[in-house]
Amino acid sequence: MNMDQGKTSRHSIKKVKRLKKWLTYLVMSLLAIFFMFPIVFMLMSSIKNNEYQVVTDMSSLRAFLPVGELGFQNYKDVFTSQHFGHVMFNSVFIMITTVVIGLFVNSMIAYALARLRFKGKTFLLSSIISLIIIPFESVAIPLLVMVNHLPWFGGETSWLDSYHVQIIPFIADAFSIFLFYQFFIDIPKDLEEAALIDGASHFGIYWKIVLPLSKPIFATVAILQALNSWNRFMWPLMVTRGTDVRPLTVGIQSYFGQDPRLWGDLMAFASLITIPVLIVFLLFQKWFVRSVASTGIKG
Amino acid sequence: MIGQKQIQPTIPKYRRKESLTAWLFSTPAIILLTLFLLVPFVWAIWLSFTNQRLIPNPNLPTEFVGLRNYIRIFQDDTFKRGLLNNFYFIAVVVPIQTSLALVLAMLINQQLKGMNIFRTIYFGPVVTAMTVVSIVWTLLYNPGEGLINAFLQAISFGKLGPYNWLMDTKLVFPAIMLLSIWQGVGFQMVIYLAGLQEIPHSLYEAAQVDGANSWQQFKNITLPQLRNTTIFVVLSTTIMAFKLFDQVQVMTNGGPQNASMTTMVYVVEMGWGQLKVGYASAISIVFFIIVLFVSLIQRYLTREKGSAA
Repeated sequence: MNMDQGKTSRHSIKKVKRLKKWLTYLVMSLLAIFFMFPIVFMLMSSIKNNEYQVVTDMSSLRAFLPVGELGFQNYKDVFTSQHFGHVMFNSVFIMITTVVIGLFVNSMIAYALARLRFKGKTFLLSSIISLIIIPFESVAIPLLVMVNHLPWFGGETSWLDSYHVQIIPFIADAFSIFLFYQFFIDIPKDLEEAALIDGASHFGIYWKIVLPLSKPIFATVAILQALNSWNRFMWPLMVTRGTDVRPLTVGIQSYFGQDPRLWGDLMAFASLITIPVLIVFLLFQKWFVRSVASTGIKG
Repeated sequence: MIGQKQIQPTIPKYRRKESLTAWLFSTPAIILLTLFLLVPFVWAIWLSFTNQRLIPNPNLPTEFVGLRNYIRIFQDDTFKRGLLNNFYFIAVVVPIQTSLALVLAMLINQQLKGMNIFRTIYFGPVVTAMTVVSIVWTLLYNPGEGLINAFLQAISFGKLGPYNWLMDTKLVFPAIMLLSIWQGVGFQMVIYLAGLQEIPHSLYEAAQVDGANSWQQFKNITLPQLRNTTIFVVLSTTIMAFKLFDQVQVMTNGGPQNASMTTMVYVVEMGWGQLKVGYASAISIVFFIIVLFVSLIQRYLTREKGSAA
């Protein structure tokens, strides 16, 4: 650039840059406070044994500080009065089953669509892609009528109040199939052809060649499906009664609906739902971010 | 030539096997999608023309009622209020959430130390269940002694508030919007971040050589390059806004006086609460048509310029 530029102006450019940097950090920190304060508040309130204190502390910064009568009484209450352990098991069980079976079912059809030649493939693929548009919400009510009358093993005539009613409808997912399909179609064919010549079956190729190469997309779909399952609320609200098979989201909502509202207990319940997910998120952060970014791929 | 003659008969057999495997691999997903998405969807259309109830009343057999449900929907003030609220939500939340997501993405996309920490913090609410978020914010919105009231009073030297957020027909919906943005913006931020990282750096370098300032670079490079990302973010946020349910159901159940009613809350109230499955199905179909319309706009807009993939 201009060689005549004096040292002073270069100096001031540097100064402006540094000022800009600190200003950026200031803005970002304020935003960080905005995104963190409810979570910090929840955690702090959950360890305050005195119900009254939880509410009165809100008028000052004490809301965010571990002050006053501290302990784990709220947590104990949630475990004893709300059967927390059992409800937690329900959520974890439903999530793991849905995700694991879903990974197989969705990746296998995607593998067929992406790698195998068969009649009706184009039609099947475009049908799956158009199914992405149908939101679950628009079929929830007819599905409720349907599961109310579906038979199950052992002569049961309704799916209500069961685990399977919360698992089976969510195993196949058109969007997950689409994500798998996009990934599989980019895998080079050479490996597969070599294996075919060696006499490997298609299932063998899927299992031994495609699966190991596709860990990233499996992680992506698993995270998206797990989050969806963990946070699912409307459907379990409609199909479960009592604490037997109810997941955490419905559990905390029904506790929230009881009078009087014990805020300390509620914050402990909320923390117990949030902490495990936050830990998993912190451990696998890159994968979470990648999963969400992949939803932005347009169809 | 001789070799080909020997191979050719084996190809159809091999093809048949491949075809069979393909259908075998596809069957579980096809059955599940048909049974739990396609069938209920088609059935929703059928039910919407009947007066079916969730628990059939033996004295009142289910009848075909023609367009009665649809005619009633558009005379139903609660439904209209719910749909209007969805549009209200879109009008406020979509612009705010989209621009905030872009600002956040641009902030953490800088080559500065500690950006990962900020990304983690901004994204944190996304992994928090909406039911949990709703309950924590209900406490924050506590009338009188709530934290949000205390904060407003502190920064306004006692001039603002205290407000009765969730019981006030004018404030309840904006209050729900605020926590929805808080929970959801990190998701869009990450999508924008992915979009930003795909913009070739050379574009900015060329602009700098031409002497373009930061604003010009933003206006002439960043925004046009993010066109498809923005369309995606805007329209997917719009669709999510039509699905608005969890936070309303937990916090207010649509109240007070339907001030926070939404389409989905009303569908569930009709179909599950009042067992009027036929009527709820008709609302579901209207809801679906709206979502379909938005999705088609999205597909049309992102296909138009035909950029790769």
